[in-house]
Amino acid sequence: MWAILSILVENKPGILFKVTHLFRSRNFNIDSISVGVTDNPDYSKMTITTYGDEKRIEQIVKQLDKMIDTIKVERLDEHKTVYRELSLFKIKLSNANDSMEVNKLVNAYGGKVHDVKKDSLMVELTATPDQIKAFEELAKPFGILDVARTGVAALQRSST
Amino acid sequence: MNKMEIMSGAKALMVAMEKEGVKQVFGLPGGANLPIYDEFARCDIRHILARHEQSASHMADGFGRVSRKPGVCFATSGPGATNILTGLATAQADSSPMIAVTGQVPVAMIGRDAFQESDIIGMSNPVVKYAFQPRTAGEIPEAVKKGFFIAESGRPGPVLIDIPKDVQTNKEPMDFPDEFKIRGYHPWADPDIVNVERAIEMLLHAEKPIILAGGGTIISSAFAELQSIAETLMLPVVTTFKGKGSFPENHPLSLGPIGMHGHAEANKMMTEADCVLAIGTRFSDRSVGTFEAFEKRLKIIHMDVDPAEIGKNQTAQIAVIGDVKVNLRVMVKLLLQRAIKKTDESPWVKHVKETKAYWKENLKIHPGEMGAAKILRKLREVLPKESIITTEVGQHQMWASLFYDVIQPGTFFSSTGLGTMGWGFPAAIGAKVARPDVPVVDIAGDGSFAMTENSLATAVLEDIPVIVFILNNSTLGMVAQWQRTFYDRRMIGVDQKSCPDYVKLAESYGAQGIRAQSMDELDKAIKTALSSDVATVIDIPIDPEEDVLPFVAPGTSLADMVLPS
Repeated sequence: MWAILSILVENKPGILFKVTHLFRSRNFNIDSISVGVTDNPDYSKMTITTYGDEKRIEQIVKQLDKMIDTIKVERLDEHKTVYRELSLFKIKLSNANDSMEVNKLVNAYGGKVHDVKKDSLMVELTATPDQIKAFEELAKPFGILDVARTGVAALQRSST
Repeated sequence: MNKMEIMSGAKALMVAMEKEGVKQVFGLPGGANLPIYDEFARCDIRHILARHEQSASHMADGFGRVSRKPGVCFATSGPGATNILTGLATAQADSSPMIAVTGQVPVAMIGRDAFQESDIIGMSNPVVKYAFQPRTAGEIPEAVKKGFFIAESGRPGPVLIDIPKDVQTNKEPMDFPDEFKIRGYHPWADPDIVNVERAIEMLLHAEKPIILAGGGTIISSAFAELQSIAETLMLPVVTTFKGKGSFPENHPLSLGPIGMHGHAEANKMMTEADCVLAIGTRFSDRSVGTFEAFEKRLKIIHMDVDPAEIGKNQTAQIAVIGDVKVNLRVMVKLLLQRAIKKTDESPWVKHVKETKAYWKENLKIHPGEMGAAKILRKLREVLPKESIITTEVGQHQMWASLFYDVIQPGTFFSSTGLGTMGWGFPAAIGAKVARPDVPVVDIAGDGSFAMTENSLATAVLEDIPVIVFILNNSTLGMVAQWQRTFYDRRMIGVDQKSCPDYVKLAESYGAQGIRAQSMDELDKAIKTALSSDVATVIDIPIDPEEDVLPFVAPGTSLADMVLPS
């Protein structure tokens, strides 16, 4: 089971180390992680996605909650949450036709094209991890030269 | 508001410690904590010199467990700091309140691989409850205040305060706050009346209910509440090893510890029970055997101060989160209000008592005069009931669990979680500092005692007369037992060859050394030690082939207990 955890922490040095260390020492895996300061500079928000059965995820949440530097730990309901990841792909262009084909693909996924060169171009895609994966599969035949991904950022939708 | 006094970080540390009621510190000086040590010349806090930082940390741990106030240890940077890691991990594993203060290289030198620099904040992260590294002197008072609060509240644990040397010497106007806020820390929960009520119903409807009392019962000193509930509901009581002595072991309802080397009757009855009131326990593998087998046949009511323990190793049907003493009090009160008082012995309680009587008669023990059971029963017979026991780790520890009955609750302490050999003796020194009025005995084995035996210097020079009671089989006995059991008697690396001679060793430190080779000699030795005002080592040669039994092999369930044949 995939889970999105939203963790509000003290914005102090060493907290990222403590959180990731907790995952390692408790034998949990981090699938993706993104961190940024909140509107209140005292706090940072970490968004961590992870895999595990229900019991395991419950245990991760409790262990994170127990940490003194975590203010609030929430497991977000995927269906009531907006979650996105930013990804950058450098894609190979082998012939004149490729450029057009890649552009079509990028448009279909709502991406943007940057840094167009003769032999390659760069794509910026902000989407869910699943959509990024799907894009990656379709881009593979052209040749993916490099990828960088940010990890998921997520916010729960308001209830009203 | 008080006028803020200008003082150095080192001085502020000592003032803050005094405000927390610290009377003594166990430690060792070095280059990076000299400014702190210099303050001992100008304050009333006693310094107790250890001969190794690990021992200093165990002394603080022993003090903390007995007094339920954080014990304090000091160490210098680098190797001084790394030497206390084992002490921190031991305290963390057993939820013991402790404050460790380490020196650090000056702020500007951090990260430059300076002489005696170690990243103790990074290294200690998984084995402390929290760590502070004040970067300015002015941060020290609040770090100390918060540190003590974190160490002793909720589920207690060790807190590290790592202070760079220039932060110790810098002078600043100091504010010693009475109030502070830790936004992400909520150690208290309200009494959970609803779930306690549900727990009572579940216990009343169970056919074979039992209490499993863990270390949390001792930490929160819920002895009276536990006893009242056991007697009111006629519930047999087993304990974990860490919970040993949370319930008087001479009580008719007491069955003693369960687990790998649990009492036969305790493991048997735990296996037969259908409902357990588990108090302050984390269901360690050493206590319950395989997790799946344990929970399969049981309804579990789990009371614990740490929400993360609920569901970690065992699935509870009812969880009662909060200080166990608070919630047990609620239970006592509700039982009283509802006028519930069982007087008839149920078939279950009758069966429990018969089983207990059977094993009292029939558990086979070593036939020799100086078998472990006889030695420990002799110790129990001679020691006053308020005596405090610490143990080392190994066969002697498990024999102590089996054959030394704790009568006064909260007088038995051991490194149960991390299983740290060498813990018992320095911890006994710490315990004796906390309770100088009662005898303190470290039940030891020769292998474990060897690891921190140089604490004899501390015991003698600081006038802390503890008793070290060595069951000496000249072997790393528990390892030898596993080699006999699981490795076809290939005995590798376990023979200590009677080296050193512990009587002479004790004497060389100025302590008293007595060898006891018969029950008469043992009786005299214990009495001599009790009436001496100097630390005493009693060396008791025993059979190196004696095994600890019963035994639940790792990876098996309590039902698979191997009995002595």
